[in-house]
Amino acid sequence: MSLFPLSNMGQMIVEDWGLIDYLVAFDRQKKCVQEVMAGASDYLILCEHPAVLTLGRMTNPDSLLYQREEIENRGVMITSVDRGGDVTLHAPGQLIVYPIFNLNNYGKDLKTYMEKLEELAVDLLRNFGILAISIHGKRGVFVGPDKIISIGVGVRKWVTYHGLGINVNTDLSLFNLIKPCGLNVRMTSMQKLNGHVVKMDDVKIKIIEQFQKAFK
Amino acid sequence: MTNIVLPELGEGITKATIACWHVKVGDSLQEGQDVCEAVTDKASFVIESPATGKLKSIAITDGQEALVGGALGIIE
Repeated sequence: MSLFPLSNMGQMIVEDWGLIDYLVAFDRQKKCVQEVMAGASDYLILCEHPAVLTLGRMTNPDSLLYQREEIENRGVMITSVDRGGDVTLHAPGQLIVYPIFNLNNYGKDLKTYMEKLEELAVDLLRNFGILAISIHGKRGVFVGPDKIISIGVGVRKWVTYHGLGINVNTDLSLFNLIKPCGLNVRMTSMQKLNGHVVKMDDVKIKIIEQFQKAFK
Repeated sequence: MTNIVLPELGEGITKATIACWHVKVGDSLQEGQDVCEAVTDKASFVIESPATGKLKSIAITDGQEALVGGALGIIE
């Protein structure tokens, strides 16, 4: 049962879509983008996806470390998506956050937006006793050399889509199937760093608070 | 003739890579139609046609870098 089935928190509509197929969620995101372009309130969408590899338009074939069939036999779907970037993995236990924000109201500045996302991601982790950093020139948030949060943002008419993938309790062995984002980077999770399963609802509550603080 | 231009993306962002074109030379374009996608080190940005017409040429192809304010292609 979702904690936040549908709530309008100030100017931001927060929706929890639960466990939802990646492409179904992408279609719903696009509808939200259209609404926000037409003047509706911003959306903050939370969800998880069944295991899926999404291949961006700049995916290097070498980023898949196994044959497609072997990957699919492990229960991981593979889908090509209409975005830049390389391959990304989503799976249950990874909290997906899709901010559908109208940046016309926040200064039309991609750099500022991305810095805000990275800052609030670092703050989120600090609430769970994890000291993370963002690294100049690299997408995402890191703990030491390991990546814990992936960030991939798209913008259309200054309305944002896509967002953050926070490894809360993700099965990290799935990342062995790929070079995440085309990089030789090791992934980590809040569960691994804390040594126990982290309550997803606690992370959801905190991330909503962080967004409300950062985007007033 | 109208230039398709890489718009201002934010303070300190001077260039972006064209990840992909959604249209090809000779295609008819409607104003506001998606034409290509620019990628910075942190985000991707959909660029739309600034005018209705035909795509005459592409100046910056997939994978190449473009400067903010620079022409990516020409519509006639």
